[in-house]
Amino acid sequence: MDLVCPAGNYQSLIKAVDNGADAVYIGLKNETNARHFAGLNFSEKQITKGIEYAHNKDCKVYCAINTYPREAQWSLWTNSVDQAMDLGIDTLIVADIGVMDYIRTRSDDYPIHLSVQASSTNLESLNFYHQHFGIKRAVLPRVLSLAQVSKLAKTAPVEIEVFGFGSLCIMAEGRCYLSSYMTGESPNTKGVCSPAAFVDWQDKGSVLESRLNGLLIDRFTEDEHAGYPTLCKGRFEVNDKLQHALEEPTSLNTMDILPELHKSGIAAIKIEGRQRSPAYVAQVTKAWRDAIDLVSKQNTSVPQSTINQLGNLAEGKQTTIGAYERSWQ
Amino acid sequence: MTSKITDANKPKISVSAVPYFWSRDTYFDFYAKLAKTSVDIVYIGETVCSKRRSMKNEDWLEVASLLKDAGKEVVLSTLTLIEAESELKSLTKTCQQSDYLVEANDMSAVQVAHTSLNPFVAGTAINLYNTTSLTKLHQLGMKRWCMPVELGQQDLSPMMEAVKSLGIETEYQVFGRMPLAYSARCFTARHFDLPKDNCQFKCLEDEQGLLVKTQEGDSFAQINGIQTQSAKVNNLVAYWKELFEFGIDILRVVPVGAEDTIALVEYLGGVIHQQTKPEFSSIPFQNNYEYCNGYWFQIEGMKLVS
Repeated sequence: MDLVCPAGNYQSLIKAVDNGADAVYIGLKNETNARHFAGLNFSEKQITKGIEYAHNKDCKVYCAINTYPREAQWSLWTNSVDQAMDLGIDTLIVADIGVMDYIRTRSDDYPIHLSVQASSTNLESLNFYHQHFGIKRAVLPRVLSLAQVSKLAKTAPVEIEVFGFGSLCIMAEGRCYLSSYMTGESPNTKGVCSPAAFVDWQDKGSVLESRLNGLLIDRFTEDEHAGYPTLCKGRFEVNDKLQHALEEPTSLNTMDILPELHKSGIAAIKIEGRQRSPAYVAQVTKAWRDAIDLVSKQNTSVPQSTINQLGNLAEGKQTTIGAYERSWQ
Repeated sequence: MTSKITDANKPKISVSAVPYFWSRDTYFDFYAKLAKTSVDIVYIGETVCSKRRSMKNEDWLEVASLLKDAGKEVVLSTLTLIEAESELKSLTKTCQQSDYLVEANDMSAVQVAHTSLNPFVAGTAINLYNTTSLTKLHQLGMKRWCMPVELGQQDLSPMMEAVKSLGIETEYQVFGRMPLAYSARCFTARHFDLPKDNCQFKCLEDEQGLLVKTQEGDSFAQINGIQTQSAKVNNLVAYWKELFEFGIDILRVVPVGAEDTIALVEYLGGVIHQQTKPEFSSIPFQNNYEYCNGYWFQIEGMKLVS
């Protein structure tokens, strides 16, 4: 079971490699990837350096080109594919079938991993991407239960990668347009969700208000932890009831069920967080390296102390195994 | 490339599958009335949640033949988020039949339709954002493209030449709340503090889902089981000619309340076929709606250009 870790910049890449990642995933400095944030991602020079560093330590480098190009910007995506392949990236993580089609015009067997943004949740969908684009692996959306994931891993025509840790997206990835509804920019088109340029914090004395493009996402009293106004994680009114109508600021942590994931033949665990700091990447990579080694080599489960330790790094300081457990759904 | 409106050349009107959960009687009553309107294409079936079973498979087929007998084109819509094997099985059955065209809302439906050599409609939940993707799916049997809700005229314009030369029909939503997200979680059950596995079919209680507002009272979203819709109703009815001249063949209406949907279809049919020009505000709606149409104009979806 491989450990796939996020690298939003060169320093994070070093930390991930040094702490035991089997592969790191990066993005280019443009909207072709789903973490198109200011100050993140790699220039051509950094990619070359990063690949050299990683390959020397037997770690692979994946590049996410996983947003959906609109026709007018099509060449930005194909140029990015050319750049990544020519620089020696090991694998591309892709969601759009047009981009996959383009990769196949260049090479019949270049490794393509189906991005979580393609929202492929079932056998026939995986058959589709396998048969028509020869994908090698698929990253599953965070919507399936553990039983469903296990079953799929056994029957799928491709390797299966699942999210293990990090920020929790509650919607089926690639199928959520809430961000463009509110701001005009979405994960699919711009590689952003609830983009920072639209965020406004207003200090109203006893309360702190967070807004996205003018709309109130949440209000925090002084003793509350004020999280980033990701639009699905605010407090809203439904039938006069004030609640986290969609989700609370909670993170995903699947270390509890790692033995089950291992048994079902999952090929890789993915850690979310290209937007997080190098120190975070180091800590999380180390913890997951140890956990995977324990489970796969010594056949034991992960001690609760390790799981709890990771909890401190989580958004909102709370973790869940999310949709893997039916009760969350 | 632009289409001129003549007596013989007019946009078609479609009504998408009902996104909400209604009783069997409400569905039958709705489709009986819809059959009498000038709607051209009707999509039927459950697209949001497989637990909603007020309508059995035979019921849907009965609705299909009722509409077909009234001269309507019937399309069987399929579930959008496929999780359970039972869901895939049911989808497979739908996509393997060839009595009716199917609307694929997941790549699994594309795959099964393609391997069964059946043509299909790509629903709005299939992410087709560029000509290369479109061409690929056309090769696999796509005959109609329901454009993704977040794409606007400038996004679509550079694709229209290819769309027309491939002979793909185009469909764009002109009325109704927009499908904006799907989740493993049922937000309706969550609102009522119920587990999804024991949801007590709470979504049957609200004909049009549940409104989510900010703490300042601004509308945000509409909860509809595992689907999240726009709170505002997308409304491009006044722009129907512009859309047709742009190259949109089919104007899609996504149902709101049953009676209000019929009223809207009758209005739209009148405007297109009888060249009548009553005010939009003359439609006898039973509910109040807040409107938006920003996506078409390349701005925030929630904004209204009037």
